[in-house]
Parts: sequence; structure tokens; C-alpha cells
Amino acid sequence: MEIVRHDVVLVGGGGAGLRAAIEIARSAPELTVACVSKVYPMRSHTVSAEGGAAGAIGPDDSLDQHAFDTLKGSDFLADQDVVEAFVEEAPRELTQLEHWGCPWSREPDGRVAVRWFGGMSVKRTWFAADKTGFHMLHALFQTSLQYPKIVRLDESFVTRLLVENGRCTGVVALDIRSGELRAILGRAVILCTGGAGRIFPFTTNAAIKTGDGMALAYRAGVPLKDMEFVQYHPTGLPGTGILITEASRGEGGHLYNKDGERFLVTRDYGVGNRAELGPRDMLCRAIIKEMDAGRTFKGPYGDYVHLDLRHLGEKAIDAKLPFVRELTRNYVGIDPVYEPIPVRPVVHYMMGGVGTDIDAATELPGLFAAGEVASVSMNGANRLGSNSLTECLVFGARAGRSALKFARDSAAPNETRALELAEAEGGRIEALRGKHGGEKLSQIRREMNAAMERGFGIFREENEMAHAARTIADLKGRYADLGLEDPSRVFNTELIAALELGNLLDCAEVVAVAALERKESRGAHTRTDFTTRNDAEYLSHSLVRFAPDGPRVESQPVTITRWEPEERKY
Amino acid sequence: MSEPRIVKFEILRFRPEQDEEPVWVSYEVPCPEDFVVLDALNYIKDEIDPSLSYRWSCRMGVCGSCGMMVNGTPILTCNAFVRDYPDPIRVSPMANFPIVRDLVVELDSFMEKLTRVKPWIIRKVEKDPSLGEYLQTPEDLELFKQYSMCINCTLCYAACPVLAHDEDFAGPAAIALAYRYNLDSRDAGEAERFDVVNSGEGGIWACSYANECSEVCPKHVDPAQAIQRMKLTSAVQWLGVWPKRGAE
Ligand SMILES: Cc1cc2nc3c(=O)[nH]c(=O)nc-3n(C[C@H](O)[C@H](O)[C@H](O)COP(=O)(O)OP(=O)(O)OC[C@H]3O[C@@H](n4cnc5c(N)ncnc54)[C@H](O)[C@@H]3O)c2cc1C
Ligand code: FES
Repeated sequence: MEIVRHDVVLVGGGGAGLRAAIEIARSAPELTVACVSKVYPMRSHTVSAEGGAAGAIGPDDSLDQHAFDTLKGSDFLADQDVVEAFVEEAPRELTQLEHWGCPWSREPDGRVAVRWFGGMSVKRTWFAADKTGFHMLHALFQTSLQYPKIVRLDESFVTRLLVENGRCTGVVALDIRSGELRAILGRAVILCTGGAGRIFPFTTNAAIKTGDGMALAYRAGVPLKDMEFVQYHPTGLPGTGILITEASRGEGGHLYNKDGERFLVTRDYGVGNRAELGPRDMLCRAIIKEMDAGRTFKGPYGDYVHLDLRHLGEKAIDAKLPFVRELTRNYVGIDPVYEPIPVRPVVHYMMGGVGTDIDAATELPGLFAAGEVASVSMNGANRLGSNSLTECLVFGARAGRSALKFARDSAAPNETRALELAEAEGGRIEALRGKHGGEKLSQIRREMNAAMERGFGIFREENEMAHAARTIADLKGRYADLGLEDPSRVFNTELIAALELGNLLDCAEVVAVAALERKESRGAHTRTDFTTRNDAEYLSHSLVRFAPDGPRVESQPVTITRWEPEERKY
Repeated sequence: MSEPRIVKFEILRFRPEQDEEPVWVSYEVPCPEDFVVLDALNYIKDEIDPSLSYRWSCRMGVCGSCGMMVNGTPILTCNAFVRDYPDPIRVSPMANFPIVRDLVVELDSFMEKLTRVKPWIIRKVEKDPSLGEYLQTPEDLELFKQYSMCINCTLCYAACPVLAHDEDFAGPAAIALAYRYNLDSRDAGEAERFDVVNSGEGGIWACSYANECSEVCPKHVDPAQAIQRMKLTSAVQWLGVWPKRGAE
């Protein structure tokens, strides 16, 4: 097996990963960073983010207001020290990205423009039309190209973390093109591998969002935090799940049921006069209740409501929401200038992830995590739209700083055990490639997706969840008997899909265990059998830890600095 | 929903560990009305032959992974509706790139070309972010916006007649990107990019203005126009009439 050595090993080249890489290259030019990514970095799913990135800059805004909106959005499950650090560093990070060429939309006087977003009490979301993630990712990627100390290992799939004497000292990665395994050793490792939306069937998430980093950390003994909180986005296109950005409501779009009623205004769904700009969890519940009451449209891909942009006019739509127009025209044959868009709630984002502290450090020395893979606890039980792109920047940079400090301050790791582990991993992958067995990969994936949708949707209930959890456990058993058909090495995407499915099953299991344990309704975790928030017992993070005999659930207190939890009503 | 149409796909397959050369293989796929070519490939992979390899991710035309030749024309397969094609549909890897396997091509040269044109903001002094943003009016932004829309899907490389015989040519996407930075009011790197862009090996002068690149571009970046405009600017700069931004 080939062995390569770098100071820092970074897994993931999305928004968070590239921000971390650039931070290290600029602050510690003597260090080398391996940027290991299963796709070319500019293909990372950050590319598809549309609406914008939040950071308080307006004269009518303040850091405290951004912090409070975020906390209230989180249903008070976010750690308040983390949120304070986040809002404080957000404007600087977004400005830094402006200096790196991100084409932010502008006011006539040349200043950066901001727009409305759900759950935000003032306009504070920076945007590049409605292709914000695309522009951010390409600006970061292009900026990163000038640093020769960032050594890219494109299309390398990390299959395992190497841990030696309680310290993370590298990874094992499969070079997809050659099919060969490589041990990539380093003094510090950062995970920026993104989310796990693909545990569900109907999602805005790309095919690559398979929870790999979460599973890698979990298998290395690092607990996953708050995994029961899965965000649905209220407005996805039926069938494909393609996202219609919240910015379309930020710019003034309205939601209607089949009776032509603007139900968020006419009925009490707890969003008050925020109406369509209420937080996502509340809007999704409202839409499901409209469905249950029979007031929604019926379609081949399930019930839907209408998102109406017509009153904005062609000019505003083309200037602010051109991608929405492109997507709806291409994929559903609807021009939003003339017709309302059919939309329904769709799985979008994982609030949970690899537990980290405020400096992006996990409990395993030498291992850091940032971006959607991590749960630094700034999103709590419900993320506000446009906070997560900024999160990638703020905590990506923090992870970079923490990792470079760790790499500088720590002794060179002993490699003996790590290399033994790498060899063993080589054996595991070798055995999996083209493995004989009775179970079909796509079948297991389909059954997992169906179970997750049934058990862990917008409304949850004990029996349904327990049933789905048993299905997942059963599928894990069947996964052991997976049969694969492709024994070749070069660009073996069946092998990659099999590894990803293993990761998805780990994540699905953890979501299930954590959701069953939380007997209350908070943020995106809504139970029909425990309908209210219960601060006395559950104002705490869940931690799920791997154990050979099954996952173990622990809890961790929420950090409160200045804001006492209050009833969440808008 | 209406009955799915059974569509015959002919796919150019190449498995370097077993095939001497690429071979066409046919598959029959039941395609609902709203299927894109990528959906059909996923159907083949899930239900017929799991060894078929190709790249994809976002399925919404923005990650740039899924470009292939469909009936000989480069296109994003996540945006190519099956209903728009008669039977059989022929899918092959993007032209002008070496094949790695099946529909996957090697992109090393493209990645090198991107880096070659220095696609990042170059300034003599960097301002600290605490001092705020660089002012840029909507009109300033409009100047380069179109050229910043490239998703690096490389369809333009597959379509380019120059690249078919001159693999050194920096190519449409990379040159359009250089032009994008040259036009950005925050950048002063035009002089640094000048030599690369005008190089006898791979620079803009190799372009024969066939315009094929702009025709296949899914994001209307119009790289052909970028190249033409750069030729004009460079010619005038050579004569010393216009200064290059960032020149001493
Ligand atoms: C359609 C859509 C729209 C969105 N819009 C917004 C928005 O407007 N505003 C907002 O704030 N947020 C938005 N979000 C959320 C936000 O985009 C994401 O949370 C964020 O971009 C995640 O970035 P990341 O860097 O953590 O991960 P990603 O961008 O997903 O990158 C993950 C990286 O890890 C690599 N990787 C993963 N697994 C492995 C492995 N096993 N081995 C090697 N490499 C690996 C991948 O190759 C990739 O480079 C949106 C999300 C979606 C899906
Ligand atoms: S899959 Fe992303 S562009 Fe087609």
C-alpha cells in the first residue's frame, strides 16, 4: 500500500473543507495539507446551495439579533457561546470571501446587498442571485489553486480513520481511478464531508451526501450529536426533490393551498406575521396539516401546495431568482412568471453530526470536523436557512486554525499501529470488491429509504419509529450478505456505492436511536405522542456512541449564556 | 401516469481490465415521461448491470459532473430528457478526453489548464476584511457575471474542434475564466495572465472561432465571445495602446 505523509489531512473539498485548507495555507505556509475528496472539489454539494449566507451588516441589524434569531430558530437547543462566536465572525468571513472574488449581488452604490430569509427578523442574508453556493464554492476553489501546499487528492474515497494511542493520525483512502488504497498519514485530520440526506428517498441532497464522515467518526468511537434533528425544507419540486430556494419567499413569494388560501396567513400555525418567512420546521408542519385536512393538490408524486411568484414580475424573477426559473422550466415545464410552482416538503439538512467543541475539535485528539458533517451546536433542533453556508466558513476557518495548531504543537505520531490498521482496512476493501452474496445493493438502499421516510418524517410516533428502527437493524444484518458484481479496480463505482450504503445505514441507525430516545417535540423533531417541548428533561444534546453490541445514547447539557429558553412563538 | 416507454440505450463501454477497446452495449430501459438520460443510466446500474460507471451528483445541472455525448453531442445527462430523443439513444464518454472507464473521462489536463490561467483575485495589496468590502456596482458586476457562471462541466472541451488536434490548447472554459477575472473591478492580475493567455502554446490565438463551445454551454457563458474579446484586447495591448490592468 502506498503511504503518503502530510501535516494536515483534510477530508472534503466543499465550502467547509476549502475554507479550512485556505486558512492553513495562509496562516502556516510551512505546512502541507492533503485535501482528499471523493469528487473534484467544485462538484461538492455546496455548489447547489441557492439562497444565501447570513451575516449581520445592515444598520438595522446587530450581532445580538442574529444570535437571538438563531437560538429561537434552534428551539433553544443551540449552544449560546457557539452562536455568539458564529454571529461575530460571520461578517468578517463573508467579507473575506468578497475579497476572494465571490460575486455577491450589490446595492446600486456598490455595497453588498442582503435579503430576507426564514426565521431572520431583518434582512441579513448575503446572496449571489440564487446561485450563492455555486459562486462561493467556485470562489473558494479557485482561490485555493494558488497555494501549492494544498495537495489535492481528487476522487479519493476515505474508508477509515486511523487511530493510534487515542489520537487520530490519518486516513485510508481508495484512489477511485486506480482502485488502489493509500494510507494518508498526518499530525491532524479534519472532516468536512457534508451531510447524510441520502438516508431518505426524497431529498434535495446530491448522490454524494451519504454521511461518510459521520460514519467514519462514529466507527472511530467519536459520538454523533443531535442526529434526531433532520430538517425538511418546505419547498421541493415533487418527484425530483429539486430545491426551490427559500429566497423565493424572501423575495415575496406566497404559499397557497388548493382552495387558493394563503394558509400561513389565514390559519394559526404559530408563525404569526412572519407567514411564509417563518422557520422551516413550522412551515413543513403547516403543509402536512393542510395535506391531512385535504386542502392540497394531488399529484403523481404525492400531495403538494403552490408557491406563487407571479406577482414579483419577470424582471425581479430574472434578476433575483434566475436559477428558480431555469430549474422549474427545465424540470417541471413551469414558468414561474406565469404559473405557480408545485412544491412539497423535502429532506434537506442534518442538524446533527460529529460532535465538536467551539473550536471544531472532536473528543478524539487530532480529529476536527466542520460544516454539515459536524454538530458544533449552532443549529440546535432547527437550522435557520442561510446560516449553514456561513457556518462552513466560520467553522471551516476555525477547524483550520485548530488543526494547524495541533499539528505544530504535537509530537510526530507513531506510525506502527496506524499502518497495521491500514493493512487490515486494505483486506476489508479487497474482500468487499466483487463480493459474492445474496443481497442486492439497490434493494437494501430502497428499503432503508422507505423505512426512514415512514418512521422519521415530519411527524413521528413511538410505534412507527420503533418499527422503522427494527427494519434498519435488519437491513444492517442483510448488508453483511451483500452481493456485488464488479470485481474490477478501475473506477469501480459499485464498490463506492457499497461503502456509501454501509455509511448510510450507520447514520440511519443513529438517527433512529436518538429520535426514539427524545420523548418531546422540539424544532424539527415533532412527536405526535409527546407534543410539547420538555425543558425539564430534554434541554440537552443527545450523543450516540458506537459500541459493538449496539449504539449507546448519552446526553450533554446545552450551554446557556444570556438567553433563557422561552416559548417559541412568532 | 402513462405507461413508461421502453427505450433502447446503446452505451459505449470500456473496462480497461478486460476490454481491448471500447464496445457498444445495448440496454432496454422503461422510461417514464419525465426521465432524463441520467435516470436511465441509474436504472441500468441499479437493475441491469451494476458495473456501469459514470459520474453524477447533483441531478440539477449545477455540479458539472454528468457531461457525456448523447447521440454525438456533449450534454449534461441530468438535463437531457429521454422524451426528446428517438430510439435508440447512444451515450458515449465526452470526446477529446482519454477514457478512464465506461463513461468516465480523465480530467487531469483540464484541471491543469484551470490552474494555468490563475483564476483568483490578484492584487498588489490585500485589504483586511475588517475594512469592509470592495465596492462594486451592479454594472461592474454585470461586466463579468456571465463569465463567472461556468460549472466546469467541460462540455465545451468535448465540442471544441481545436482541442481535437491540439491538446495543449487552454480551452474555452479556462480562457473564459481568465477573462472573468480580468474584467472584475477587484482584480489587477491581467498583466500576470497576459503571457499564459497569449502563449503560442495553448493560448487564445489557437482558437479558430468555430463557436461550438458556446453552442453546447448549458449555462450560456459564451466562451467563444470571451476568446474573441480577449484577442481584441490583447492585440491592442500589444500595440501598447491600452494598458494592462496591474502592469507596473
Ligand atoms: C439544494 C441545497 C440548497 C442549499 N441552500 C443553502 C443556502 O441557500 N444557504 C445555506 O446556508 N445553506 C444552504 N444549504 C445547505 C448547505 O449548502 C450545506 O450545508 C453546505 O454547503 C455543506 O457544505 P460542506 O462543506 O459541509 O459539505 P459539502 O459541500 O457537501 O462537501 C462535502 C465534501 O466532502 C467530500 N467527501 C464526502 N465523503 C467523502 C469520503 N468518504 N471521502 C472523501 N471525500 C469525501 C466530498 O467530496 C465533498 O468535497 C443548501 C443545501 C442544499 C442541498
Ligand atoms: S449531476 Fe450535477 S450537473 Fe448533472
